Amino acid sequence: MDLQTLSFIAVGLTFAIYIGIAIWAKAGSTSEFYVAGKGINPVANGMATAADWMSAASFISMAGLIAFLGYSGGAYLMGWTGGYVLMALLLAPYLRKFGKFTVPEFIGDRFYSKTARVVAVISLLVMSITYVIGQMRGVGIAFSNILQVDLTVGLVSGMVIVFIYAVFGGMKGITYTQIAQYVIMIFAYTVPAVFISLQLTGNPLPQLGLGSTVDDGRHLLQALDQTLVDLGFAAYTSVGTSMTQMNMFLLTISLMIGTAGLPHVIVRFFTVPRIRDARKSAGWALVFIAILYTTAPAVGAMAMWNLLNTVQPGEVGTEEGNLRFDDKPDWMERWERTGLLAFEDKNEDGRIQYYNDRNPEFAAMAEQEYGWEGSEITRIDRDIMVLANPEIAGLPNWVIALVAAGGIAAALSTAAGLLLAISSSISHDLLKGTFTPNISQKSELLAARISMGGAILLAGYLGLNPPGFAAEVVALAFGLAAASLFPTLMMGIFFKKMNKEGAIAGMLAGLTTTLVYIFLYKGWFFFPQTAMLPDNPDGWILGINPTGFGVIGAIINFAVAYGVSKVTAPPPDHIQHLVESVRVPRAD
Amino acid sequence: MTEQQSSRSEYWKTNLRIIAWCMALWALVSMVFGILLVQPLNAIEIGGYKLGFWFAQQGSIYVFIGIIFFYAWRMNKLDRQYDVYED
Repeated sequence: MDLQTLSFIAVGLTFAIYIGIAIWAKAGSTSEFYVAGKGINPVANGMATAADWMSAASFISMAGLIAFLGYSGGAYLMGWTGGYVLMALLLAPYLRKFGKFTVPEFIGDRFYSKTARVVAVISLLVMSITYVIGQMRGVGIAFSNILQVDLTVGLVSGMVIVFIYAVFGGMKGITYTQIAQYVIMIFAYTVPAVFISLQLTGNPLPQLGLGSTVDDGRHLLQALDQTLVDLGFAAYTSVGTSMTQMNMFLLTISLMIGTAGLPHVIVRFFTVPRIRDARKSAGWALVFIAILYTTAPAVGAMAMWNLLNTVQPGEVGTEEGNLRFDDKPDWMERWERTGLLAFEDKNEDGRIQYYNDRNPEFAAMAEQEYGWEGSEITRIDRDIMVLANPEIAGLPNWVIALVAAGGIAAALSTAAGLLLAISSSISHDLLKGTFTPNISQKSELLAARISMGGAILLAGYLGLNPPGFAAEVVALAFGLAAASLFPTLMMGIFFKKMNKEGAIAGMLAGLTTTLVYIFLYKGWFFFPQTAMLPDNPDGWILGINPTGFGVIGAIINFAVAYGVSKVTAPPPDHIQHLVESVRVPRAD
Repeated sequence: MTEQQSSRSEYWKTNLRIIAWCMALWALVSMVFGILLVQPLNAIEIGGYKLGFWFAQQGSIYVFIGIIFFYAWRMNKLDRQYDVYED
């Protein structure tokens, strides 16, 4: 069977599963719609959380990101997993004890202020909508690049599926679909990784394969270091070359705090029956996430090794050392057609040279000694490192079809979680909580379904007409979560005397400083021509990369909140009692 | 302060102490071993992994999982001890 047919069968089958779940899991009350009736088993919730959390970016882009960053890519691995420690120890059990439906609801009640709740809703909407754009782009990549289907057709069919299970099933439908999506996505990610690890190192576990030896007896990482250096790049394991150690440090902490502050992930812990389930469930979530996150660095390094050895099969600098254009493997031809990969025979020798031509010393030497006139892979999209993996490893077509289904599962599961966070903050926090407090449960449920439908349409529209800044916004979402929601939630639990003035001032201070710092370099509202400072290490204040600014915003939030709370009235007694009761699992 | 209140505040203080130890370990494996001390640790090799590199790309994640399950187990014990365990 050809690839196209197989891919359609794989994607069609997964869609049929999602629709089946939608019919089976229909939400009958607001509690079922918002938090799945608080009846999800902690292990099952862990799996759903993993799918909710691991987005199109984790599935498609992360391994490629690490492949080109080398050691510093660890910032993403540690940052996106370390956040679960913060979640499990500092937030999840207490927010579950509070026992309501949304994150802004906790902030509004704890800080006895509708203003605080609305500020929280605004930051939730900004971060969730920006994040959803990235998922839509992921659905688009899976359809148009792997399946070679028209982007519009792909996106619209994805949206219809999400509509069916999210509008009718709410959190209940989303949870069971996410469990199915996790299984599909992890299978699709690990199968090619296992085969590649076996081929390169003889070890079926990629986590061990990364530390094993290749054919000539050298360790994979050493050999990779050597080849990269021979081609003028920095060694794969070298420290401080692709980002400074300070920026790696800040980025790691910012991603950790941001992860713990993302509302669509936090609400997943509202769905388990008991407080102790929330603690345990965070552990299971991280187990399921770690299966992919410990495989990704191996996939990255191995894909890089495969790429370098395909282009440079012989000794560097010898005439026979480079791949002839005529001998390009099929996968290169195929990905060239998608535009993600491009070649140009600059020195017209009929062979491909891939090296670091931005290293002036090496480039000059290569030109003089080897006759190389620039790197001839003129474009290589890092997503290729995952997407082309099955073909590079020579795996059968059904594995490629599986990767397409996996990428779509990763994008849809995260999109659904975000859409639920968006729609419940509108129907529950803005309508029921602020503007029309007297609506019945039935009308609130209807409002929730309508806002879910609206959010899906908005996401679909943004997916078809992506704003030019799509790539920048994920950093923004994490920065905002780190600087606004996480510190406020934490202070709500751990500082009994924190009052509404402090919380509101802190949130606003964290939000604005982070936004301003990002806008200074990326342009106001991401219009690049309005950037006021150059976005490079020389232009960064104290050398701080805007993507790692979240932690600074969080510190500003803490400091301002603390200062303001010291000079204003302490919270009323019943709020202090609320805090005491949140801290204890079985309170009276 | 009633007896219940003082027991609750003791429960909370113990919880904070457990959190502090867990967070110290969390920071040690990621921030310290994975980033600040990566160079000296890289002098040690385990299998084909430089140790600092291993902490940054593999090891921290495994330790994170251990921390969360330890905390869940330890807190269940503490909940029983202070009679606040949920039924």
